[in-house]
Formats: sequence, structure tokens, C-alpha cells
Amino acid sequence: MATNSTADAFVEFERVQKSYDGENLVVKDLNLFMPKGEFLTMLGPSGSGKTTCLMMLAGFETATHGDIRLDGQSINNIPPHKRGIGMVFQNYALFPHMTVAENLSFPLEVRKMGKSDREAKVKRALDMVQMGAFGGRRPSQMSGGQQQRVALARALVFEPELVLMDEPLGALDKQLRETLQFEITNLAHELGITVVYVTHDQTEALTMSDRVAVFDDGRIQQLAPPDKLYEEPENSFVAQFIGENNTLEGVVKEIKGDSCLVELDGGEVIDAKPVNVQKAGDRTRVSIRPERVEYNKNRLSPDAHTLKAEVLEFIYMGDIFRTRLKVAGTSEFVIKTRNAPDVERLVPGQQIEIGWLPDDCRALDA
Amino acid sequence: MSDNTATGPDQFTGATPDNALRAADNADHGPMLAADGTPLKKSLNRALRRQKLRALMLIAPLLVFILVAFIAPIADMLFRSVENQIVADTLPRTTDGLAAWDSTSGEIPPPELFEGLYKDIFIASERKLHTRLGSRLNYELTGVSSLFRKSGRGVEDIGEVYQDQFEDFNEFWKDAENWNPLMGSAEWLEDMAGWDEKSGDRQPAFEIRDEVASVLPETAAMYETFAEFVQFEDEDNLLKEDPWAIVYSALYADLSAGADVASLSGPGSAELQEAAVAVADFETVDYSAAFEEIDKDWHSIEVWQTIQTYSPAYTSGYFLNAVDMKKGPDGPEMRPENERLYIKLFIRTMIMSLVITGSCILLGYPVAWILANLPARTANLLMILVLLPFWTSLLVRTSAWKVMLQQQGVINDTLVWLGVVADDSRLALINNQTGTIIAMTHILLPFMILPLYSVMKTIPPTYLRAAKSLGATDWTAFWRVYFPQSVPGIGAGSILVFILAIGYYITPELVGGTTGTFISNRIAYHISSSLNWGLAAALGAILLAVVLGLYWAYDKIVGIDNVKLGG
Repeated sequence: MATNSTADAFVEFERVQKSYDGENLVVKDLNLFMPKGEFLTMLGPSGSGKTTCLMMLAGFETATHGDIRLDGQSINNIPPHKRGIGMVFQNYALFPHMTVAENLSFPLEVRKMGKSDREAKVKRALDMVQMGAFGGRRPSQMSGGQQQRVALARALVFEPELVLMDEPLGALDKQLRETLQFEITNLAHELGITVVYVTHDQTEALTMSDRVAVFDDGRIQQLAPPDKLYEEPENSFVAQFIGENNTLEGVVKEIKGDSCLVELDGGEVIDAKPVNVQKAGDRTRVSIRPERVEYNKNRLSPDAHTLKAEVLEFIYMGDIFRTRLKVAGTSEFVIKTRNAPDVERLVPGQQIEIGWLPDDCRALDA
Repeated sequence: MSDNTATGPDQFTGATPDNALRAADNADHGPMLAADGTPLKKSLNRALRRQKLRALMLIAPLLVFILVAFIAPIADMLFRSVENQIVADTLPRTTDGLAAWDSTSGEIPPPELFEGLYKDIFIASERKLHTRLGSRLNYELTGVSSLFRKSGRGVEDIGEVYQDQFEDFNEFWKDAENWNPLMGSAEWLEDMAGWDEKSGDRQPAFEIRDEVASVLPETAAMYETFAEFVQFEDEDNLLKEDPWAIVYSALYADLSAGADVASLSGPGSAELQEAAVAVADFETVDYSAAFEEIDKDWHSIEVWQTIQTYSPAYTSGYFLNAVDMKKGPDGPEMRPENERLYIKLFIRTMIMSLVITGSCILLGYPVAWILANLPARTANLLMILVLLPFWTSLLVRTSAWKVMLQQQGVINDTLVWLGVVADDSRLALINNQTGTIIAMTHILLPFMILPLYSVMKTIPPTYLRAAKSLGATDWTAFWRVYFPQSVPGIGAGSILVFILAIGYYITPELVGGTTGTFISNRIAYHISSSLNWGLAAALGAILLAVVLGLYWAYDKIVGIDNVKLGG
């Protein structure tokens, strides 16, 4: 597990466990260290424990075991309202009986702030999300995107250093989601706040975050910056979960330093990079990104291993071509090629040979 | 920050319903036309008409049922609160005469009026209506009931004075068989001759002889009244019935007024002419004195004032009565202090209903909150416990409270055993307001819990979390965020409970004693015991008006849109 233990960590999870029923652990031994100002996304399928982690940090769930620290202080026994953490919810959770301005004013009122200060801060926060003209509206009179902007402003108006976001864009349509993703990241960096963002949308995770923690089965499977996560997945779950991925199963034949030979179940032998395999004879899944597969022989090194493939389907997608192949017994092998004048458009039924750079083909756990 | 267009209200171009409406609003080139050239509005209405008709057909049975079985009886009952035809219908001559009488003069009405009273009461007593009028007027003035009952018997004696004199003078006047040929028309007599009493056919209706009617108008009128009564109310053979004593009085009045009997021919004309001469020597009756003899109350101004006040066909008397007022000679006035009852009762009903509503909120709110926040399985189980009282008879539940609350009951016994109260100072928990409030709070509690629960069910728990994450303590989060959103449920529950409570009858009747009863118990008393339906209707109408008024006020203050029974 990638842990980045530093003395100046702002948010720390140390050996945190959580169980609801006393029989199953929802969160198993979580260790996470976040520096100040980081935008960290917790990504994972539902039930993977990512929301539970967020709720423990917010104080709505208590950790069964382990320590959660904020700025060096253990917050296990601090009630949510004293943690000073801003939070944005998936369903916005704007108080329906208050206007937008009253919603924003609420956290300032409970902090006993004077009226003029409150008004100034509310106005500044609303302007920050370009909702300055909506102060008098009720949440029900606004669209989902507008409500989420207000919810964001409300979570920021009392100037918390840490803001938690629980799938805040889940209920919005694609276009709006993309706009807001951009705005949220910009705001976070401008204000220098630390953000923990929970989502199950990998695109969102990749585009917004400084680092992404991929959750599965109550554990962080990989914690890495987006590019590393995509290009260098450390296990087959991450490889499958992030982006599109081709998987071939086989046995490691030979490991030679930075490269290895894998004999696929169909008998073919390919080059791969050993990532999560220890020794020859281990079962492995090799992972190759569709866009890293090459069928133009001129671009492959002469000694590269190649596989025979049959074109099953060719889909024109505008910017790219998506081609489904039958390779080594699987008919779900996909390759993506850029739509460029010099790229050959494959025809279903065509027999081709495919190959890749050994570095792009990662031998992971079975 | 790059995309400023997304911050404005949604504006879509193209064919959306909103845009179609906007276009329709902006269209200044005549009405929108449908494909076949008819105005769009018209064809839309035509298309919707079928749907509307079908909807109407679907609700029609219930609508008719409610109109016939619910609205109409209620309207009829409420109408009784102003209806007062009984006085003018029963005493038509008297009330006519009283119109000219000045009630403040200090004089009883003139003797002529007593003659009218005699006729009215005589006819009413034959029809057995005088006692009913007596009880009606007794609501306004105690003693009138017995006055009328006495008079019903007395008027017979007054009439017999003339009857005896006529019959003594000539046996001819005794018999029905002489009277009918004299009074009846030839055609009618012929019809009667051809009518077989046993055949079951309807008796031919009496027709007065025109000559008699013009010569002896009063006698004719009275005989017609008599004939109609005998033929169609008693359903006896008119030919065999001797006339009422009052017919003789009328005959005397006609003859002594100098009727032109000489112009009359036909059967009985000879006897009539003889009698016309003889009446000059008849002993006359002073009706005023005769009534005084029956009961000296007839010479009391108060009786006459009451009759005059309640002569009109519609009266505000019941309503005045229902608010502890009465009609005096100078208009409405408050009743004496010791007769006032209803205003106090109305106020008590309101205050107790408010207390019951308040205790239902206090007890029901936490229960509803727990129900709304438990897992569905447990909540359903507990919900059954809440609903359980609905499946038990109201009477059983109320009786159970009797057992619990008595001085020697379970609660007092427990308190004494615990040493909270001394054995000789057991709490009075029943037959007073406390008893009513305890029992009714228990009975109406589900009506508070259910709307509260269904409203709370729709408040997502994230609101509380959001409030806490914003820095609110548990209490602030509840009070500023959760509670305002549950107010519609409180409103709905309060309206339900309050309106049910204000009209409640059985429970206050059983556990309320004398101090814990409601206005509805008084209404029931007037419906079933005192039979003063007019007053009951007036009290009911006021209760209905108060409830509607409160409902209106609630709508103005809170807004009825804010009331949610669920969803």
C-alpha cells in the first residue's frame, strides 16, 4: 500500500477499522496521510468503504479501531459540529425552509458572528460560485446545478480548512458535471483548502484529483496521482476499475529483471512487465490498455512477441476507432486507435497481428 | 468560472412545453389554430371534455350519496336553528292579531284577539298540535307548556256554551245528517250517496254550498276545516260525524252579525231562519274572561310578549339562546347571570381541545421521530402498536380509562402504594376536566402521530448531518433545521386532533362528569332529551362556524398548503 507518511500530514487515518454489525469489517486497516492543500479522491465501487471513511472523518460514524487525526489532533472523540469540517452532500442538503442567503448564513450564525460580517461573507461566498443574484431564492426554485453551487458555497463560507464532498455531482447531467468539476478544482486550489472527494466516477476522479485512493473491499488498493494510477496500476482490480483495460490470463514463465515472459492459457507467449508477480510459475493477469496495443508491424520492435487476432467489430467513434478483437481465446479484447489519415481502418473478419511494448503490458496478480 | 451561462435559470431553445406556452402568450396574430383550422383552445377543450365527463361519472355515485345522505340532512338540521313556522302555523289568527298589538303598552291584547286564540287553540287541540307549540314556547318562557295543555281542554268548554244553546233550541242542530245537507253542495251530497264506505275508495272531498258560504262565511270556513280534518286526517265518514263545538260558535257569530239567512233556501233553511231570530236571546261568551278562567296566565303580558316575539316564521331566538342571550321587548339582551351556560361551555370546549392538541403534540412528536428514524422493520412493528387503538372499540378504551382513573382505580392505587399520595387524598382523575383530557389525549394520539410520522419520513437525515457539519449543536440542528421542516406535520396533526376534539362526544360523556363535558354533550342532550332541536341546531351551527373560522385563520396564518398528511 502506498502510504506517504510525513510529519506534517494534515489528515491522518492510522490503522482505522470500522464494523457496523460486529461480524464484518467495512473498513479494514486503513492508513492514509494527506498533506495540507491536497485534493484527494476516494474512488471505488459502492460498498467499498469509501463513504464510511468520509463519514468517520466528518464525525457521523465512529471508528471501531484506530486513530483519525486532523492537524495532529486526534478527533475520534470530537463531535461533528466541533470539527470545523465543511461538507457537501450528494443531494445538496440545502435547508428547504431557508433562502439561499439564510442557508449560507446558518454556519456563521451558529458561530455567533455579527450580522454585518455574516452578510459580507455570504455575499463573498455566493459571488465565488457565481450565485450572487440568487440570495433570496429558495432551494426548490433552483436547478440541480445551481443548488450544488450553493451547497458548495455553504460548505466554504465558514472557511474550513478541510472540505469533504460526498459524490456531489452524482445527480447532475454530464455537461453540468464537467463544468462543476472544473470549478470545484479551481476553487479548491485558489482557496488552498484540503479536499476529500468521494465518487464512483473514475473520470471525475482522474480529472479533479491530486491523488486518488482506489477503494475495494474495505482497503485502499492503490493511492497514487491520476496518471500513475492509470498507467501503472498495481493490481488487477485497479487496472480493471480505472479506464478501459484488456486482460489476458496466464502463467509467468520467466522473470528477467524488468521484464518477464508470460505463457497465456492458450499457449501463446508474450512479453510483460512484472509488477505484482514474484516468481516463475505464478498465475497472472496481464493488463494492456487498448490504446497501447499496436497492429502496425513497423512500429513494433522486431523481436517483440505478437499475437494473432481476428477483427470482430469496428466502431467509428469520431476521434477514435474502437475495434473488438478475438485474441488468445477472448473475444472481448479491445483496441483503440486515433483517427488519423495514416491509420488503417480494420474490417471485421480481417486477420491481424498485434503487439505492444513490454512496459505497457503489466503482469499483475491473478 | 469559465462557463457563465450555466448560472442563469435554465433556458432551453426548441420545442419544450414552456416555450410553447411562451409562444402562445406572445402570439399577437390571432388565436393558435389546430391542424383542422379550429382554434386550438376549442379543440383542446373538446379533447379534454371526454376526460372530464368520465371523471365526473366516476365520482358521481359518491357525490350523489354524499349529497343525499350527508349534505342534505345536515342542511336540514341546520335549517331548524332558524325555523319557527310552528307558531304562525298553529296560531294563524292570533299571530295576525298580535301584529297590531303594542307589547309595551302594558295592556293585554283586546278581547277580539281572544276569539281568534279560541279558534286557533280549538283547531290545534283537535289536531293535537297545541302541546307541541306549548313545548316550543316553553323553551322561551317556562310554564307555557302547561298553559297550552290546560287550554286545549278548556276551549272545549267554551264552545259548548253555544253548542248547548243551539241544541236546546232545536234538536235539528244536533245531528250530522242535518248539518251536511245544509252546508254541503248538491254534487258533493250526490257523490257521498254513491260512495261505499267499505269499498276502500277515497271519500269524496267536502264541497261547501256556495250560497251558504256567502251568507254564513265564518260557519262555512269552520265547517270546511272540520270536514277536511274528519275526512282526511281522522279518515272518518263525514256524514256520521257531529260538528265541532266551534262550528256552533261560528254559526252564532254569523247569525248575531245579521246574516241574510232569508236569502237562503234548500234543506235546513227554515231551521236556520228560526235560529237567526233566537240567537238574540242566547247567552254570549266573553272569550277574554273565559281564557282567564282557564288560566290566569292568559292575562299575563309576558305570555303575549313571548307569543308575539316568536310569531315570525324565522327566528334568531335559538341562536341568541345558544350564546346566552334572549329576545326581549327591546331587542336581544343577555340572560341573567345564573342562566348563562353556553358561552362558558364553548370556551371550555375550545380550551380543553387546545390542551388536548398540545399534549398530543408533546407526546406524539418523539414517538413519530423514533418511528421515522428506525429501520423499516422495527418501525412497522411499532406502527402497529400505534394503530392498535384504532382496532379497539372507542367505548372499550374509554371504559378502560374509567377503571384506570377512578379514586380506587389502578393509577391511584399505584400512587398510594408508592407513597406519592396519601390514602385519604387520592387524586380526582375522573369525572372532571383532567379525566377528559387524559382519555381524549390517548384516543386522539394516533391522529397526531400518523401525519407527523409521514412528514418526518420525508425529511432526509442528511439535513441534520449537514447542519452538524456546518457547526450546529444537536439541539440547534434539530430546532433550526429539523423542526421547521416537521411543522407541516404538526399543523396537519393539530388540525385533525383539534377538530376531532372540539366535536367529541362519547369520551367526555363517560369520563367528563359535569365539569369535563363539551358543547357536543349539550347538543346531544337537546337532541335526545330536551328535544329542543332548534337550539341543538343553533349550537351545532355555531360549532361548525367556529371550526371553519379557525380553519380559515389557520390558512391565513400558517397556510393550508403547508399542511402535509404524507408524501
